[in-house]
Amino acid sequence: MLEVTSLSKHFGGVRAVDELDFTVEAGEIFGLIGPNGSGKSTTVNMIAGIFAPTDGKIFFDGEDITEAPPHVTLHAGIARTFQNIRLFNNMTVWENLWVAQNSAEQKRTGNPLARWMGGSRRAAAAVEEYLDFSNLAHKRDELAGNLAFGEQRRLEVARALAAQPKFLLLDEPAAGMNLEEVKELDERLRVLRDRGVTILLVEHVMELVMEVTDRIAVLNFGRKIAEGTPAEVQQNQAVMDAYLGAGEGGSDA
Amino acid sequence: MDDFTWGLVQIVGVHTILGLSAYVILLTGQVSMAQAGFVAIGAYVAGMLTVLAEWHIIPSMITGGLAAAVLACIVGFPALRVRGLMLVVATIAFGEFVRLFWFNFDYRIAKGDIIVGPEGGEGFKQIRFFPENGWTTQDVAAFIWIVAAIILATLWWMDRSRAGKVLRAVGEDEMAAQSVGINLTVVKVSAFTAGGFIAGIAGALYAHYTTHIEHLNFDILMATFAIAYPILGGLANVWGTLFAAIFIQVIVIEVLRDLGDVRNLMFGALIILVMNFLPRGLFSAQVVRKLREWTGLGKTSDA
Ligand SMILES: Nc1ncnc2c1ncn2[C@@H]1O[C@H](COP(=O)(O)OP(=O)(O)OP(=O)(O)O)[C@@H](O)[C@H]1O
Ligand SMILES: [Mg+2]
Repeated sequence: MLEVTSLSKHFGGVRAVDELDFTVEAGEIFGLIGPNGSGKSTTVNMIAGIFAPTDGKIFFDGEDITEAPPHVTLHAGIARTFQNIRLFNNMTVWENLWVAQNSAEQKRTGNPLARWMGGSRRAAAAVEEYLDFSNLAHKRDELAGNLAFGEQRRLEVARALAAQPKFLLLDEPAAGMNLEEVKELDERLRVLRDRGVTILLVEHVMELVMEVTDRIAVLNFGRKIAEGTPAEVQQNQAVMDAYLGAGEGGSDA
Repeated sequence: MDDFTWGLVQIVGVHTILGLSAYVILLTGQVSMAQAGFVAIGAYVAGMLTVLAEWHIIPSMITGGLAAAVLACIVGFPALRVRGLMLVVATIAFGEFVRLFWFNFDYRIAKGDIIVGPEGGEGFKQIRFFPENGWTTQDVAAFIWIVAAIILATLWWMDRSRAGKVLRAVGEDEMAAQSVGINLTVVKVSAFTAGGFIAGIAGALYAHYTTHIEHLNFDILMATFAIAYPILGGLANVWGTLFAAIFIQVIVIEVLRDLGDVRNLMFGALIILVMNFLPRGLFSAQVVRKLREWTGLGKTSDA
């Protein structure tokens, strides 16, 4: 579904991502892990269209999206969250979801005037669904900026889902969450996978990654050092060395 | 009320529209100092239409607005590439360019035994649609406020619609807005275009109630007024801009008229103070609450 070939991003002399290859199959949860600064967020940002790659290609559903800007990748079916939460803080929870319904299909169906001026009934119903799914229904009129940290993380995932993506890029969705919240997130991710959403999960919280992913790629200094099932990756010597070399195991966000 | 007071009512109406023109653009996080330029375009174009082509004020006003909108749309594209202070500088430069264009623009024709039309640095005199058609000062004031009310109502409605949320999303966080599928180019250029149209309408009204315009009317002070109203009034809703226009034009400019140029200083200081200490404007919920506490008044209007 998503194919990345010899993808590179250089910032001046820093090779943040270096000749990276991987393929995410439809319907799986694919983990992308690695020590701090290993190039995970940079990879996410290239796929999402925030950064133009220095080199390499990105294909989504067979289409070349290497140069596509963020709103175009969204229309293609890829939604994302940010490592440093970026909500519309002065808008309510409800409005954050309402304003995010911009998939190609949502734009095509229905009356455009109603969509822009009133917000169609269908859009409103969909917002309710995401509120329920993310357990935020009771916060609908709260300003996003006033939510607790865990709620903000949940809202950001919900906002990404509001565009009914086929593919979800999650950059450390569990960072700063307590164990309870991580478990809920785990369950939500499984529900999403069962609904047919493919997920690329960047995460330091190993309890989550090892539990929920189907396959994992491991980065170190911008290069892929291992790929396989969670069990295979855990056994991999290069991976253990990378995490030991990174000091305290990179468990901080 | 005397003519002076009616004149003030007219000024406040036009300045409210002026502030609303900057409000739309400010919602997307862009500070446009080009509004005076758009006002000038609306003023000259509409003035020429009523004087030289002898159109009615309403189609002239709309055409003036459209002319300003076309230019604003063209300005919107390069404005995408710069932000913050650079955008301020670029839009100031554009406003000055427009002003100097009218400074050099000379197009007069004979109408009966007088010669009418814009006359470069001498200005554009005798824009006499209102007196010629027997409109009283009150009629003109009413007309201005009907137009202002229509724009206020439209923007109020737009603010609550999804379109309004899209503008605000861009204003809050461009990267997040793009990532939820919002096309920044379309949104920012649309905001500029709408802001240009509204400024052009303000210009058309301005030219006709003063009956005499010149390039110096459309200087940086007017551009400052335009952005000052939404900044002072806050971006919570359109009413803040309305109250700020009334506050500045009635209290700061008229009631304190005896203070002379000190008023301009006070105006500048007020903007700086509000931007630093009341980023949500003079009439934000928090300020209104404080005012109630201090004055002990139960019912103050909620802005
Ligand atoms: N905009 C940028 N400009 C310059 N260097 C950058 C930029 N973004 C990232 N880098 C550098 O690229 C490298 C990879 O950063 P990246 O954010 O992708 O790491 P990461 O794997 O997401 O790390 P973390 O786990 O801490 O989030 C780092 O050395 C970082 O300093
Ligand atoms: Mg990161």
